[in-house]
Amino acid sequence: MKSMEELVNEYFRPNRLPHLWCPGCGNGVVLGALLKAIDAEGLAKDDVAVISGIGCSSRASGYVDFNTGNTLHGRALPISTGLKMARPDLNVITLSGDGDCSAIGGNHLIHAARRNIGLTLVVFNNSIYGMTGGQYSPLTPQGARATTAPYLTIEPSFDILALAEAAGATFTARATTYHVPILVDVLRKGIRHEGFSIIEAVTGCPTNFGRQNKLAAPAMMMEWQKEHGVMKAAWDKMDPAQREGKFPIGVLSERTDLKEYTKAYDEIIERAQSGKEAASA
Amino acid sequence: MSRVLLMQGNQAVVEGAIAAGVRFYGGYPITPSTEIAEGMAKRLPQVGGKFMQTEDELAGIGTVLGASLGGMKAMTATSGPGFSLKQEMIGLACSAEIPCVVVNVQRVGPATGQPTSPSQGDVMQARWGTHGDHWLIAVSPSSVPECFDLTRRAVALSEKYRCPVILLMDEIIGHMRERIELPDNYEGLEAPRRKQPDVSPENYLAYAVTDGSKVPAMADFGSGYRWHVSGLIHDETGFPKGTPAATKNSQDRLHAKLRDHEDDIIQVEKYKTEDADVIVIAYGGAARTAYDAVDMARAEGIRAGLLRPVTIWPFADNAVKEAAQTAKCLLVHELNCGQYVREVGRAARGLVPVDLYAKYDNEPATPEQLLEKIRESAEKIKGAK
Repeated sequence: MKSMEELVNEYFRPNRLPHLWCPGCGNGVVLGALLKAIDAEGLAKDDVAVISGIGCSSRASGYVDFNTGNTLHGRALPISTGLKMARPDLNVITLSGDGDCSAIGGNHLIHAARRNIGLTLVVFNNSIYGMTGGQYSPLTPQGARATTAPYLTIEPSFDILALAEAAGATFTARATTYHVPILVDVLRKGIRHEGFSIIEAVTGCPTNFGRQNKLAAPAMMMEWQKEHGVMKAAWDKMDPAQREGKFPIGVLSERTDLKEYTKAYDEIIERAQSGKEAASA
Repeated sequence: MSRVLLMQGNQAVVEGAIAAGVRFYGGYPITPSTEIAEGMAKRLPQVGGKFMQTEDELAGIGTVLGASLGGMKAMTATSGPGFSLKQEMIGLACSAEIPCVVVNVQRVGPATGQPTSPSQGDVMQARWGTHGDHWLIAVSPSSVPECFDLTRRAVALSEKYRCPVILLMDEIIGHMRERIELPDNYEGLEAPRRKQPDVSPENYLAYAVTDGSKVPAMADFGSGYRWHVSGLIHDETGFPKGTPAATKNSQDRLHAKLRDHEDDIIQVEKYKTEDADVIVIAYGGAARTAYDAVDMARAEGIRAGLLRPVTIWPFADNAVKEAAQTAKCLLVHELNCGQYVREVGRAARGLVPVDLYAKYDNEPATPEQLLEKIRESAEKIKGAK
């Protein structure tokens, strides 16, 4: 595998650096892991599209030398979907934050998953709205402090992977910015997966989450990830008491028996062109 | 060879889109535009295109923008409430210069309003619906054959000027059935595609203007020209730039690329206006009433005419100014409480009275009702000039 310096030289747009992320932010680690995965999969830059929504993590699309879009808050998935429909041959990778994807874009998440369209969705989960300065998202842990939860959040958080799987996602995986080799591995598998894949990258926002929640040092957030992320195989052997407060990492679900959406649509075209419009299943 | 058909306006939009080369449609069902979605669902796969019924209105136009980035001509259609929901994405299409056609078959609003009676209450929203300064094109058909022609034109304009084009219909035109003659095959009717880069990928700047058109060349995603599309204000590289100069340059060019081509973009129809004392100004479904009303007024000896903006936005300032110079009175007739009349008043610059026949009770006017208003306007100006 190439060194990070080689990856930066190859895949970053040199005139777009320095990036805007805060010192200690984990977004760069996630983006680095994604580049490692793309490189390891041998994808040509022309054949990759990276579409993001709005938020700190969504700025990532502008830094990398692919076909890229930094679109609207919550709307990365519809735009990715349209692009994939127009160009099924492209590897379309969608980048989204926890707020972007699970709040304002939540409806698109469940329907992209339901359709099983061949997108690779990477959710940068830093548990907070970073760009606007630390408001709680649907993935902020219950009981955490945020600028809009000065008396602590009372809202339970989503398990976004369980949500996506229930909606029909055929590949779900999680890793953290501490578990980088695992993150690279699940990103590679997600890219290779033909249907809809979602990879939750647990990352830290020391500035806007950490400072409000006694985790201000970036290393403390990494420690937290290390201590709370449990490999799927070990997780499966744990009882509920042992699982308390922890989360599984690795590939959590995968099925290959369902048809990818653009391939299924090709059958519609075949039916329409053979004049069998009313054929029922 | 051609075929003569009895067809609904919404169906003619579908055929116009297919003829123009639209090959992607994303949208959400809403009356009175649903027949467009149904028609596209049936017709697109027949010609190798793709249709998606999306989870909501936002995803409808979102998939359209994505498909357009991939190089497809793409369209969505909606009505009133859905048009409100699409506005943010229309702004992205303006800023990032992504060609697309958005059909709005207007119904009575606001909110759920009077589903689904005719209205023209979205005429200002078509121009100013999304936030921020922006420039776009809107066209409004008045007949079923014109639905076919203007849909093709909307596609062509959006590709040529890289902006969203609003096909502003109303329930009257959308649901009306009328005779239409369509060619047996659509060869040669396809709208020209957006300008392609004439430089190598290494030298391609996504938003650099290389000719007098002020419209940058647009490479398809996946064509080997890797570029960045953003809703942030950007410079010619396409990357965000926060300086005052970059902001002003961006807005100036986005405005100029349409303003400099108004002769190409703006179409009006003039009916018996040459010697008219009273010129009715009406568009879309409301204009249909006006042809008969003008003829009835003439039969009574009132010299009436009709100026019909086919291009609704940008506003036909010159045509309205000319009408204000030749007539003694302008009478705006629209199916709302009075929206377009404000623009007419501005363009008429106080040269002549600008009267309004606003109808906003779910029903189009009859020619007799409009005739009565023409009589009133004619009476007021007796002896003027």
